[in-house]
Amino acid sequence: MEDKSLIRKNLLEKVADLHSVPDGAYNIRENSTSAGRRSTDAIKIENKEGAPGIVVTVADGTKNKSVHIPVIITETGITETVYNDFFIGRDCDVLIVAGCGIHNSGEEKSAHDGVHSLKVGENSRVRYVEKHYAEGEGSRTMEPKMTVDLAEGATVEIETVQLGGVSDSVRETTINAGDNATVLITERIMTDGVETVDSKTTVNLNGNGSSARINSRSVARGDSKQIFYPAINGNADCFGHVQCDSIIMDRANVRSIPEICANDVNARLIHEAAIGRIAGDQILKLQTLGLDAEEAEERILAGLLK
Amino acid sequence: MIRLENITYSAVNEETGKRNTILDDLSLDIETGKYIVITGPNGGGKTSLAKIIMGLYTPDSGKVFLDGEDITDKPIHERAKAGIGFGFQHPPRFKGMTVRDLITIAAGRKVRHAELCEYLTSVGLCAADYLNREVDTSLSGGELKRIEIATVLATDSPVMIFDEPEAGIDLWSFHRLTETFRTFHQNKGGKTLIIISHQERIISQADEVLLIAGGKLSDRGTPGDILPKIDSFAARSCRYDKN
Ligand SMILES: Nc1ncnc2c1ncn2[C@@H]1O[C@H](COP(=O)(O)OP(=O)(O)OP(=O)(O)O)[C@@H](O)[C@H]1O
Ligand SMILES: [Mg+2]
Repeated sequence: MEDKSLIRKNLLEKVADLHSVPDGAYNIRENSTSAGRRSTDAIKIENKEGAPGIVVTVADGTKNKSVHIPVIITETGITETVYNDFFIGRDCDVLIVAGCGIHNSGEEKSAHDGVHSLKVGENSRVRYVEKHYAEGEGSRTMEPKMTVDLAEGATVEIETVQLGGVSDSVRETTINAGDNATVLITERIMTDGVETVDSKTTVNLNGNGSSARINSRSVARGDSKQIFYPAINGNADCFGHVQCDSIIMDRANVRSIPEICANDVNARLIHEAAIGRIAGDQILKLQTLGLDAEEAEERILAGLLK
Repeated sequence: MIRLENITYSAVNEETGKRNTILDDLSLDIETGKYIVITGPNGGGKTSLAKIIMGLYTPDSGKVFLDGEDITDKPIHERAKAGIGFGFQHPPRFKGMTVRDLITIAAGRKVRHAELCEYLTSVGLCAADYLNREVDTSLSGGELKRIEIATVLATDSPVMIFDEPEAGIDLWSFHRLTETFRTFHQNKGGKTLIIISHQERIISQADEVLLIAGGKLSDRGTPGDILPKIDSFAARSCRYDKN
Protein backbone atom coordinates (compact mmCIF):
# COMPACT_ATOMS: atom_id res chain seq x y z
CA MET A 1 0.00 0.00 0.00
CA GLU A 2 1.41 3.39 -0.96
CA ASP A 3 1.72 6.07 1.68
CA LYS A 4 -0.48 8.78 0.16
CA SER A 5 0.47 11.48 2.63
CA LEU A 6 4.14 11.00 1.84
CA ILE A 7 3.50 11.09 -1.91
CA ARG A 8 1.46 14.25 -1.41
CA LYS A 9 4.17 15.89 0.65
CA ASN A 10 6.83 14.99 -1.88
CA LEU A 11 4.81 16.32 -4.83
CA LEU A 12 4.09 19.62 -3.07
CA GLU A 13 7.77 20.07 -2.32
CA LYS A 14 8.77 19.27 -5.87
CA VAL A 15 6.33 21.55 -7.67
CA ALA A 16 5.87 24.44 -5.25
CA ASP A 17 8.76 24.21 -2.78
CA LEU A 18 6.11 23.81 -0.12
CA HIS A 19 7.20 22.21 3.11
CA SER A 20 4.29 23.43 5.19
CA VAL A 21 1.28 25.69 4.72
CA PRO A 22 2.59 28.65 2.74
CA ASP A 23 2.63 32.22 3.91
CA GLY A 24 0.05 34.34 2.19
CA ALA A 25 -2.68 33.27 -0.16
CA TYR A 26 -2.90 29.76 -1.48
CA ASN A 27 -5.11 27.22 -3.15
CA ILE A 28 -4.17 23.57 -3.26
CA ARG A 29 -6.02 21.40 -5.72
CA GLU A 30 -5.72 17.70 -5.09
CA ASN A 31 -7.36 14.99 -7.17
CA SER A 32 -9.79 17.46 -8.70
CA THR A 33 -11.02 18.90 -5.41
CA SER A 34 -9.90 21.77 -3.25
CA ALA A 35 -7.57 20.63 -0.47
CA GLY A 36 -7.15 24.00 1.15
CA ARG A 37 -7.48 27.66 0.37
CA ARG A 38 -6.71 30.97 1.97
CA SER A 39 -7.44 34.42 0.69
CA THR A 40 -5.84 37.48 2.20
CA ASP A 41 -6.91 41.12 2.29
CA ALA A 42 -4.88 41.81 -0.83
CA ILE A 43 -5.26 38.55 -2.71
CA LYS A 44 -8.67 37.04 -3.17
CA ILE A 45 -9.19 33.49 -4.43
CA GLU A 46 -12.66 32.42 -5.55
CA ASN A 47 -14.19 29.60 -7.51
CA LYS A 48 -14.63 30.27 -11.17
CA GLU A 49 -18.23 30.31 -12.27
CA GLY A 50 -19.41 27.83 -14.84
CA ALA A 51 -16.13 25.89 -15.06
CA PRO A 52 -13.65 24.18 -12.77
CA GLY A 53 -10.91 26.52 -11.63
CA ILE A 54 -10.24 29.65 -9.64
CA VAL A 55 -10.19 33.41 -10.03
CA VAL A 56 -7.35 35.18 -8.28
CA THR A 57 -7.68 38.92 -7.81
CA VAL A 58 -4.78 40.99 -6.55
CA ALA A 59 -5.59 44.50 -5.25
CA ASP A 60 -3.83 47.60 -6.58
CA GLY A 61 -0.55 48.37 -4.87
CA THR A 62 0.03 44.89 -3.43
CA LYS A 63 3.78 44.48 -2.97
CA ASN A 64 6.02 41.58 -1.99
CA LYS A 65 3.18 39.09 -1.63
CA SER A 66 2.88 35.59 -2.96
CA VAL A 67 0.15 33.20 -3.97
CA HIS A 68 0.71 29.45 -4.24
CA ILE A 69 -1.64 27.44 -6.41
CA PRO A 70 -0.20 23.93 -6.76
CA VAL A 71 -2.15 21.11 -8.36
CA ILE A 72 -1.43 17.53 -7.44
CA ILE A 73 -2.86 14.27 -8.68
CA THR A 74 -2.12 11.13 -6.69
CA GLU A 75 -4.84 8.83 -8.02
CA THR A 76 -4.78 7.06 -11.34
CA GLY A 77 -7.32 7.83 -14.05
CA ILE A 78 -7.90 11.50 -13.28
CA THR A 79 -8.05 13.70 -16.33
CA GLU A 80 -9.09 17.28 -15.88
CA THR A 81 -9.10 20.67 -17.53
CA VAL A 82 -8.95 23.60 -15.14
CA TYR A 83 -9.45 27.27 -15.92
CA ASN A 84 -7.61 29.79 -13.77
CA ASP A 85 -7.88 33.55 -14.16
CA PHE A 86 -5.55 36.06 -12.56
CA PHE A 87 -6.31 39.76 -12.34
CA ILE A 88 -3.35 41.73 -11.05
CA GLY A 89 -4.07 45.37 -10.21
CA ARG A 90 -1.75 48.29 -10.87
CA ASP A 91 1.56 48.96 -9.09
CA CYS A 92 1.83 45.44 -7.69
CA ASP A 93 4.82 43.18 -7.16
CA VAL A 94 3.71 39.59 -6.65
CA LEU A 95 4.95 36.04 -6.97
CA ILE A 96 2.68 33.32 -8.29
CA VAL A 97 3.86 29.78 -7.69
CA ALA A 98 1.87 27.45 -9.88
CA GLY A 99 2.99 23.93 -10.63
CA CYS A 100 1.61 20.51 -11.15
CA GLY A 101 2.66 17.20 -9.74
CA ILE A 102 1.28 13.83 -10.81
CA HIS A 103 1.88 10.48 -9.18
CA ASN A 104 0.31 7.76 -11.24
CA SER A 105 1.05 4.23 -10.21
CA GLY A 106 -2.05 2.83 -11.92
CA GLU A 107 -3.04 1.64 -15.36
CA GLU A 108 -5.12 4.55 -16.45
CA LYS A 109 -3.98 7.86 -17.86
CA SER A 110 -3.61 10.87 -15.56
CA ALA A 111 -3.74 14.28 -17.12
CA HIS A 112 -3.91 17.88 -16.03
CA ASP A 113 -4.62 20.59 -18.56
CA GLY A 114 -4.43 24.06 -17.09
CA VAL A 115 -5.84 26.98 -19.01
CA HIS A 116 -4.52 30.19 -17.48
CA SER A 117 -5.27 33.78 -18.19
CA LEU A 118 -3.11 36.42 -16.56
CA LYS A 119 -3.88 40.13 -16.79
CA VAL A 120 -1.25 42.39 -15.33
CA GLY A 121 -2.12 46.00 -14.52
CA GLU A 122 -0.07 49.13 -15.18
CA ASN A 123 3.45 49.18 -13.75
CA SER A 124 2.97 45.87 -11.97
CA ARG A 125 5.51 43.12 -11.85
CA VAL A 126 4.58 39.44 -11.67
CA ARG A 127 6.92 36.54 -11.29
CA TYR A 128 5.19 33.33 -12.34
CA VAL A 129 6.98 30.12 -11.45
CA GLU A 130 5.68 26.84 -12.76
CA LYS A 131 7.25 23.49 -12.07
CA HIS A 132 6.03 20.30 -13.59
CA TYR A 133 6.92 16.98 -12.11
CA ALA A 134 5.52 13.48 -12.41
CA GLU A 135 6.30 9.97 -11.34
CA GLY A 136 4.86 6.47 -11.45
CA GLU A 137 4.19 3.81 -14.05
CA GLY A 138 0.98 5.08 -15.65
CA SER A 139 0.84 7.73 -18.34
CA ARG A 140 1.17 11.31 -17.07
CA THR A 141 0.40 14.18 -19.37
CA MET A 142 0.16 17.95 -18.95
CA GLU A 143 -1.09 20.55 -21.38
CA PRO A 144 -0.74 24.03 -19.93
CA LYS A 145 -2.09 26.93 -21.94
CA MET A 146 -1.50 30.46 -20.87
CA THR A 147 -2.39 33.90 -22.15
CA VAL A 148 -0.82 36.97 -20.61
CA ASP A 149 -1.84 40.57 -21.21
CA LEU A 150 0.54 43.24 -19.98
CA ALA A 151 -0.67 46.79 -19.49
CA GLU A 152 1.64 49.79 -19.84
CA GLY A 153 4.88 49.43 -17.89
CA ALA A 154 4.02 45.94 -16.62
CA THR A 155 6.55 43.14 -16.30
CA VAL A 156 6.07 39.40 -16.32
CA GLU A 157 8.80 36.92 -15.53
CA ILE A 158 7.81 33.38 -16.34
CA GLU A 159 9.98 30.51 -15.17
CA THR A 160 8.95 27.06 -16.24
CA VAL A 161 10.80 24.00 -15.09
CA GLN A 162 10.16 20.42 -16.09
CA LEU A 163 12.97 18.11 -15.16
CA GLY A 164 11.50 14.70 -15.59
CA GLY A 165 8.66 12.28 -15.29
CA VAL A 166 6.02 13.95 -17.44
CA SER A 167 5.33 11.50 -20.26
CA ASP A 168 3.88 14.03 -22.66
CA SER A 169 3.53 17.76 -22.38
CA VAL A 170 2.19 20.32 -24.78
CA ARG A 171 2.67 23.88 -23.68
CA GLU A 172 1.29 26.96 -25.33
CA THR A 173 1.98 30.45 -24.06
CA THR A 174 0.88 33.70 -25.67
CA ILE A 175 1.89 37.08 -24.33
CA ASN A 176 0.66 40.48 -25.46
CA ALA A 177 2.84 43.34 -24.30
CA GLY A 178 1.69 46.98 -24.17
CA ASP A 179 3.80 50.14 -24.07
CA ASN A 180 7.03 49.76 -22.08
CA ALA A 181 6.03 46.29 -20.93
CA THR A 182 8.74 43.71 -20.26
CA VAL A 183 8.61 39.96 -20.83
CA LEU A 184 11.22 37.58 -19.44
CA ILE A 185 10.77 33.89 -20.05
CA THR A 186 13.12 31.17 -18.91
CA GLU A 187 12.37 27.57 -19.69
CA ARG A 188 14.33 24.59 -18.34
CA ILE A 189 13.42 21.18 -19.64
CA MET A 190 14.90 17.73 -19.35
CA THR A 191 13.34 14.66 -20.90
CA ASP A 192 14.30 11.02 -20.83
CA GLY A 193 12.88 7.65 -21.91
CA VAL A 194 10.10 8.13 -24.45
CA GLU A 195 8.88 11.45 -23.04
CA THR A 196 7.79 14.18 -25.42
CA VAL A 197 7.67 17.94 -25.05
CA ASP A 198 6.03 20.37 -27.42
CA SER A 199 6.50 23.96 -26.33
CA LYS A 200 5.17 26.95 -28.18
CA THR A 201 5.70 30.50 -26.97
CA THR A 202 4.50 33.58 -28.82
CA VAL A 203 5.21 37.09 -27.66
CA ASN A 204 3.48 39.98 -29.38
CA LEU A 205 5.37 43.19 -28.69
CA ASN A 206 2.55 45.61 -29.43
CA GLY A 207 3.67 48.61 -27.43
CA ASN A 208 6.45 51.09 -27.99
CA GLY A 209 9.35 50.49 -25.63
CA SER A 210 8.27 46.92 -24.96
CA SER A 211 10.84 44.14 -24.79
CA ALA A 212 11.05 40.38 -24.53
CA ARG A 213 13.74 37.90 -23.72
CA ILE A 214 13.06 34.20 -24.16
CA ASN A 215 15.74 31.88 -22.85
CA SER A 216 15.09 28.21 -23.34
CA ARG A 217 17.51 25.50 -22.27
CA SER A 218 16.91 21.82 -22.54
CA VAL A 219 18.47 18.40 -22.30
CA ALA A 220 17.04 15.46 -24.22
CA ARG A 221 18.13 11.98 -23.21
CA GLY A 222 17.09 8.44 -24.03
CA ASP A 223 14.56 8.24 -26.85
CA SER A 224 12.78 11.45 -25.88
CA LYS A 225 11.59 14.10 -28.29
CA GLN A 226 11.41 17.86 -27.89
CA ILE A 227 10.02 20.57 -30.14
CA PHE A 228 10.35 24.29 -29.41
CA TYR A 229 8.62 27.13 -31.25
CA PRO A 230 9.56 30.40 -29.61
CA ALA A 231 8.29 33.35 -31.62
CA ILE A 232 8.47 37.09 -31.17
CA ASN A 233 6.41 39.48 -33.24
CA GLY A 234 7.69 43.03 -33.19
CA ASN A 235 4.72 45.29 -33.90
CA ALA A 236 6.14 48.55 -32.54
CA ASP A 237 9.39 50.22 -31.46
CA CYS A 238 10.55 47.24 -29.43
CA PHE A 239 13.34 44.80 -28.65
CA GLY A 240 13.18 41.01 -28.63
CA HIS A 241 15.73 38.27 -28.11
CA VAL A 242 15.16 34.53 -28.38
CA GLN A 243 17.85 32.14 -27.27
CA CYS A 244 17.50 28.36 -27.32
CA ASP A 245 20.17 25.91 -26.27
CA SER A 246 19.66 22.18 -26.28
CA ILE A 247 21.89 19.30 -25.45
CA ILE A 248 21.08 16.10 -27.22
CA MET A 249 22.12 12.70 -25.88
CA ASP A 250 21.57 9.03 -26.65
CA ARG A 251 18.91 8.60 -29.34
CA ALA A 252 16.90 11.70 -28.58
CA ASN A 253 15.43 14.12 -31.08
CA VAL A 254 15.28 17.91 -30.70
CA ARG A 255 13.72 20.43 -33.04
CA SER A 256 14.13 24.10 -32.36
CA ILE A 257 12.24 26.52 -34.57
CA PRO A 258 12.68 30.08 -33.34
CA GLU A 259 10.83 32.76 -35.26
CA ILE A 260 11.20 36.51 -35.26
CA CYS A 261 8.87 38.67 -37.26
CA ALA A 262 9.11 42.44 -37.57
CA ASN A 263 6.08 44.49 -38.55
CA ASP A 264 7.56 47.82 -37.60
CA VAL A 265 10.72 49.48 -38.86
CA ASN A 266 11.78 50.18 -35.27
CA ALA A 267 11.59 46.57 -34.13
CA ARG A 268 14.95 45.02 -33.25
CA LEU A 269 14.78 41.25 -33.00
CA ILE A 270 17.45 38.60 -32.55
CA HIS A 271 17.32 34.87 -32.36
CA GLU A 272 19.97 32.31 -31.55
CA ALA A 273 19.49 28.58 -31.42
CA ALA A 274 21.94 25.79 -30.88
CA ILE A 275 21.61 22.03 -30.53
CA GLY A 276 24.53 19.74 -29.88
CA ARG A 277 26.01 17.05 -27.77
CA ILE A 278 27.97 17.95 -24.65
CA ALA A 279 31.23 19.41 -25.89
CA GLY A 280 34.06 16.93 -25.48
CA ASP A 281 36.52 19.61 -24.38
CA GLN A 282 34.23 20.61 -21.51
CA ILE A 283 34.25 17.06 -20.20
CA LEU A 284 38.04 16.88 -20.58
CA LYS A 285 38.52 20.15 -18.70
CA LEU A 286 36.42 18.94 -15.76
CA GLN A 287 38.32 15.66 -15.78
CA THR A 288 41.56 17.57 -15.38
CA LEU A 289 39.93 19.10 -12.29
CA GLY A 290 39.36 15.66 -10.80
CA LEU A 291 35.84 14.66 -11.90
CA ASP A 292 35.30 11.38 -13.71
CA ALA A 293 33.53 11.48 -17.07
CA GLU A 294 30.11 10.77 -15.60
CA GLU A 295 30.41 13.38 -12.86
CA ALA A 296 31.64 15.87 -15.43
CA GLU A 297 28.60 15.23 -17.61
CA GLU A 298 26.20 15.68 -14.67
CA ARG A 299 27.83 18.96 -13.69
CA ILE A 300 27.58 20.32 -17.21
CA LEU A 301 23.90 19.38 -17.50
CA ALA A 302 23.10 20.74 -14.04
CA GLY A 303 24.79 24.01 -14.97
CA LEU A 304 22.83 24.32 -18.17
CA LEU A 305 19.50 23.63 -16.46
CA LYS A 306 20.19 25.81 -13.43
CA MET B 1 59.48 13.71 -10.37
CA ILE B 2 57.94 13.20 -13.77
CA ARG B 3 59.61 10.78 -16.12
CA LEU B 4 58.72 10.14 -19.74
CA GLU B 5 60.26 7.00 -21.18
CA ASN B 6 60.47 6.46 -24.95
CA ILE B 7 57.22 8.24 -25.72
CA THR B 8 56.04 7.95 -29.29
CA TYR B 9 52.78 9.60 -30.26
CA SER B 10 51.20 9.85 -33.68
CA ALA B 11 47.90 11.20 -34.95
CA VAL B 12 46.04 11.24 -38.21
CA ASN B 13 46.01 14.55 -39.98
CA GLU B 14 42.36 15.19 -40.77
CA GLU B 15 43.07 16.95 -44.04
CA THR B 16 45.57 14.58 -45.60
CA GLY B 17 44.36 11.42 -43.87
CA LYS B 18 48.01 10.57 -43.21
CA ARG B 19 49.37 9.46 -39.86
CA ASN B 20 52.09 11.79 -38.60
CA THR B 21 54.60 11.13 -35.87
CA ILE B 22 54.24 13.98 -33.41
CA LEU B 23 56.49 12.80 -30.58
CA ASP B 24 59.34 10.57 -31.59
CA ASP B 25 60.77 8.22 -28.97
CA LEU B 26 61.05 11.05 -26.48
CA SER B 27 62.48 10.52 -23.00
CA LEU B 28 62.95 13.12 -20.28
CA ASP B 29 62.92 13.71 -16.53
CA ILE B 30 61.50 16.68 -14.71
CA GLU B 31 62.69 17.05 -11.15
CA THR B 32 60.27 17.79 -8.33
CA GLY B 33 60.14 21.43 -7.23
CA LYS B 34 61.67 22.83 -10.41
CA TYR B 35 60.37 25.71 -12.51
CA ILE B 36 60.57 24.32 -16.03
CA VAL B 37 59.77 26.14 -19.24
CA ILE B 38 59.16 24.20 -22.42
CA THR B 39 59.68 26.16 -25.58
CA GLY B 40 60.22 25.52 -29.26
CA PRO B 41 58.71 26.15 -32.67
CA ASN B 42 55.00 25.95 -33.44
CA GLY B 43 53.92 22.41 -34.13
CA GLY B 44 57.01 21.01 -32.42
CA GLY B 45 54.99 18.83 -30.04
CA LYS B 46 54.90 20.86 -26.77
CA THR B 47 51.16 20.67 -26.24
CA SER B 48 51.11 17.00 -27.18
CA LEU B 49 53.82 16.29 -24.64
CA ALA B 50 51.92 18.13 -21.89
CA LYS B 51 48.68 16.37 -22.79
CA ILE B 52 50.41 13.02 -22.53
CA ILE B 53 51.53 13.90 -19.01
CA MET B 54 47.95 14.86 -18.08
CA GLY B 55 46.46 11.79 -19.76
CA LEU B 56 44.57 13.79 -22.38
CA TYR B 57 46.49 11.98 -25.10
CA THR B 58 47.49 8.33 -25.04
CA PRO B 59 50.94 7.58 -26.43
CA ASP B 60 51.40 4.82 -29.03
CA SER B 61 54.25 3.49 -26.95
CA GLY B 62 56.36 4.49 -23.98
CA LYS B 63 55.63 5.13 -20.34
CA VAL B 64 54.81 8.03 -18.01
CA PHE B 65 55.89 7.97 -14.36
CA LEU B 66 54.90 10.26 -11.50
CA ASP B 67 57.14 9.95 -8.44
CA GLY B 68 58.20 6.49 -9.55
CA GLU B 69 54.67 5.24 -10.15
CA ASP B 70 53.72 4.16 -13.68
CA ILE B 71 50.66 6.31 -14.52
CA THR B 72 50.59 5.51 -18.24
CA ASP B 73 47.20 3.80 -17.92
CA LYS B 74 45.68 6.13 -15.33
CA PRO B 75 42.66 8.12 -16.53
CA ILE B 76 42.75 11.92 -16.49
CA HIS B 77 40.78 12.50 -13.29
CA GLU B 78 42.96 10.08 -11.36
CA ARG B 79 46.08 11.88 -12.52
CA ALA B 80 44.42 15.10 -11.33
CA LYS B 81 43.86 13.48 -7.94
CA ALA B 82 47.42 12.18 -7.95
CA GLY B 83 48.57 15.78 -8.16
CA ILE B 84 48.82 17.01 -11.75
CA GLY B 85 47.08 20.21 -12.83
CA PHE B 86 46.78 21.41 -16.42
CA GLY B 87 45.87 24.75 -17.97
CA PHE B 88 44.70 24.43 -21.57
CA GLN B 89 46.20 26.44 -24.40
CA HIS B 90 42.62 26.82 -25.70
CA PRO B 91 40.29 26.50 -22.71
CA PRO B 92 36.66 25.55 -23.33
CA ARG B 93 33.69 27.75 -22.47
CA PHE B 94 30.81 26.58 -20.31
CA LYS B 95 27.27 27.86 -20.66
CA GLY B 96 25.57 27.80 -17.28
CA MET B 97 28.71 27.51 -15.22
CA THR B 98 30.07 30.51 -13.35
CA VAL B 99 33.68 31.35 -12.56
CA ARG B 100 32.86 30.56 -8.94
CA ASP B 101 31.48 27.12 -9.92
CA LEU B 102 34.57 26.25 -11.90
CA ILE B 103 37.04 27.36 -9.24
CA THR B 104 35.06 25.47 -6.60
CA ILE B 105 35.17 22.28 -8.68
CA ALA B 106 38.91 22.84 -9.16
CA ALA B 107 39.51 23.21 -5.45
CA GLY B 108 37.42 20.09 -4.77
CA ARG B 109 35.98 21.64 -1.62
CA LYS B 110 34.05 24.64 -0.36
CA VAL B 111 36.20 27.69 -0.95
CA ARG B 112 35.95 30.79 1.21
CA HIS B 113 35.07 34.00 -0.57
CA ALA B 114 38.39 35.62 0.28
CA GLU B 115 40.25 32.69 -1.21
CA LEU B 116 38.18 32.78 -4.40
CA CYS B 117 39.09 36.43 -4.75
CA GLU B 118 42.77 35.69 -4.23
CA TYR B 119 42.86 33.27 -7.16
CA LEU B 120 41.31 35.85 -9.45
CA THR B 121 43.46 38.70 -8.18
CA SER B 122 46.57 36.66 -8.81
CA VAL B 123 45.69 36.51 -12.51
CA GLY B 124 44.82 40.20 -12.59
CA LEU B 125 41.03 39.95 -12.52
CA CYS B 126 38.77 41.87 -10.17
CA ALA B 127 36.87 39.21 -8.25
CA ALA B 128 33.72 41.28 -7.76
CA ASP B 129 33.33 41.62 -11.52
CA TYR B 130 33.96 38.01 -12.43
CA LEU B 131 32.97 35.54 -9.71
CA ASN B 132 29.35 35.27 -10.77
CA ARG B 133 29.90 35.55 -14.49
CA GLU B 134 29.26 32.56 -16.66
CA VAL B 135 32.28 31.09 -18.39
CA ASP B 136 30.52 31.51 -21.73
CA THR B 137 31.04 33.42 -24.95
CA SER B 138 30.55 36.73 -23.15
CA LEU B 139 34.12 36.51 -21.84
CA SER B 140 36.96 37.83 -23.96
CA GLY B 141 39.77 35.49 -24.95
CA GLY B 142 42.19 37.02 -22.46
CA GLU B 143 39.64 36.87 -19.63
CA LEU B 144 38.92 33.22 -20.37
CA LYS B 145 42.61 32.43 -20.42
CA ARG B 146 43.18 34.08 -17.04
CA ILE B 147 40.21 32.26 -15.51
CA GLU B 148 41.71 29.04 -16.84
CA ILE B 149 44.95 29.81 -15.01
CA ALA B 150 43.02 30.61 -11.81
CA THR B 151 41.30 27.20 -11.96
CA VAL B 152 44.66 25.45 -12.13
CA LEU B 153 46.04 27.49 -9.22
CA ALA B 154 42.91 26.51 -7.25
CA THR B 155 43.68 22.81 -7.67
CA ASP B 156 46.83 23.44 -5.61
CA SER B 157 48.39 20.47 -7.41
CA PRO B 158 52.01 19.59 -6.66
CA VAL B 159 52.63 19.60 -10.42
CA MET B 160 51.11 22.41 -12.46
CA ILE B 161 51.33 22.59 -16.23
CA PHE B 162 50.34 25.76 -18.09
CA ASP B 163 50.14 25.70 -21.86
CA GLU B 164 51.03 29.16 -23.20
CA PRO B 165 49.46 31.04 -20.29
CA GLU B 166 50.52 34.35 -21.83
CA ALA B 167 48.53 33.88 -25.05
CA GLY B 168 46.03 36.67 -25.61
CA ILE B 169 46.87 38.43 -22.37
CA ASP B 170 47.55 42.16 -22.32
CA LEU B 171 50.93 43.51 -21.32
CA TRP B 172 49.92 44.72 -17.88
CA SER B 173 48.35 41.40 -16.95
CA PHE B 174 51.28 39.54 -18.45
CA HIS B 175 53.69 41.23 -16.04
CA ARG B 176 51.40 40.44 -13.18
CA LEU B 177 51.19 36.84 -14.35
CA THR B 178 54.94 36.33 -14.56
CA GLU B 179 55.16 37.69 -11.01
CA THR B 180 52.46 35.26 -9.93
CA PHE B 181 54.41 32.33 -11.35
CA ARG B 182 57.67 33.52 -9.85
CA THR B 183 56.36 34.18 -6.33
CA PHE B 184 54.18 31.12 -6.47
CA HIS B 185 57.19 29.00 -7.19
CA GLN B 186 59.28 30.72 -4.53
CA ASN B 187 56.67 30.66 -1.77
CA LYS B 188 55.23 27.26 -2.40
CA GLY B 189 58.48 25.36 -2.31
CA GLY B 190 58.22 21.83 -3.58
CA LYS B 191 55.74 22.53 -6.35
CA THR B 192 56.78 21.65 -9.86
CA LEU B 193 55.86 24.30 -12.39
CA ILE B 194 55.88 23.37 -16.07
CA ILE B 195 55.11 26.26 -18.37
CA ILE B 196 54.95 26.05 -22.13
CA SER B 197 55.87 29.47 -23.40
CA HIS B 198 57.39 31.50 -26.21
CA GLN B 199 58.03 34.53 -23.99
CA GLU B 200 61.58 35.46 -23.10
CA ARG B 201 60.43 36.98 -19.83
CA ILE B 202 58.97 33.66 -18.71
CA ILE B 203 61.82 31.60 -20.15
CA SER B 204 64.35 33.68 -18.22
CA GLN B 205 62.62 32.89 -14.90
CA ALA B 206 63.02 29.13 -15.32
CA ASP B 207 65.37 26.84 -13.46
CA GLU B 208 65.61 24.89 -16.65
CA VAL B 209 64.44 25.27 -20.24
CA LEU B 210 63.50 22.35 -22.48
CA LEU B 211 63.56 22.90 -26.20
CA ILE B 212 61.11 20.68 -28.06
CA ALA B 213 61.26 20.58 -31.83
CA GLY B 214 60.25 18.04 -34.41
CA GLY B 215 58.82 15.80 -31.73
CA LYS B 216 62.12 15.49 -29.92
CA LEU B 217 63.85 17.00 -26.94
CA SER B 218 66.27 19.03 -28.96
CA ASP B 219 68.10 20.72 -26.11
CA ARG B 220 67.86 21.53 -22.42
CA GLY B 221 69.72 23.84 -20.08
CA THR B 222 69.54 27.05 -18.10
CA PRO B 223 67.88 30.09 -19.68
CA GLY B 224 71.38 31.47 -20.18
CA ASP B 225 72.29 28.38 -22.20
CA ILE B 226 69.15 28.09 -24.24
CA LEU B 227 68.06 31.66 -24.99
CA PRO B 228 70.99 32.45 -27.30
CA LYS B 229 70.42 29.17 -29.13
CA ILE B 230 66.79 30.03 -29.86
CA ASP B 231 67.87 32.89 -32.11
CA SER B 232 70.15 30.73 -34.18
CA PHE B 233 67.55 28.00 -34.08
CA ALA B 234 64.95 30.32 -35.56
CA ALA B 235 67.43 31.42 -38.23
CA ARG B 236 67.69 27.88 -39.60
CA SER B 237 64.79 28.20 -42.07
CA CYS B 238 61.63 26.21 -41.53
CA ARG B 239 63.25 22.78 -41.35
CA TYR B 240 64.35 21.78 -37.94
CA ASP B 241 67.16 19.29 -37.69
CA LYS B 242 66.36 16.19 -35.78
CA ASN B 243 69.91 15.53 -34.73
N1 LIG C 1 45.00 15.28 -32.08
C1 LIG C 1 45.76 15.57 -33.15
N2 LIG C 1 45.40 15.16 -34.37
C2 LIG C 1 46.17 15.45 -35.45
N3 LIG C 1 47.28 16.17 -35.40
C3 LIG C 1 47.70 16.62 -34.21
C4 LIG C 1 46.94 16.37 -33.02
N4 LIG C 1 47.55 16.95 -31.99
C5 LIG C 1 48.64 17.55 -32.50
N5 LIG C 1 48.73 17.35 -33.83
C6 LIG C 1 49.82 17.83 -34.71
O1 LIG C 1 51.02 17.57 -34.05
C7 LIG C 1 51.91 18.61 -34.19
C8 LIG C 1 52.36 19.11 -32.85
O2 LIG C 1 51.26 19.76 -32.24
P1 LIG C 1 51.36 20.44 -30.82
O3 LIG C 1 50.03 21.06 -30.56
O4 LIG C 1 51.82 19.46 -29.83
O5 LIG C 1 52.46 21.55 -31.08
P2 LIG C 1 52.97 22.74 -30.19
O6 LIG C 1 54.42 22.57 -30.05
O7 LIG C 1 52.16 22.84 -28.95
O8 LIG C 1 52.69 23.99 -31.14
P3 LIG C 1 52.24 25.50 -30.77
O9 LIG C 1 53.47 26.22 -30.36
O10 LIG C 1 51.73 26.02 -32.07
O11 LIG C 1 51.19 25.43 -29.72
C9 LIG C 1 51.24 19.66 -35.06
O12 LIG C 1 51.66 19.50 -36.37
C10 LIG C 1 49.79 19.32 -34.91
O13 LIG C 1 49.09 19.68 -36.08
MG1 LIG D 1 50.77 24.17 -28.25
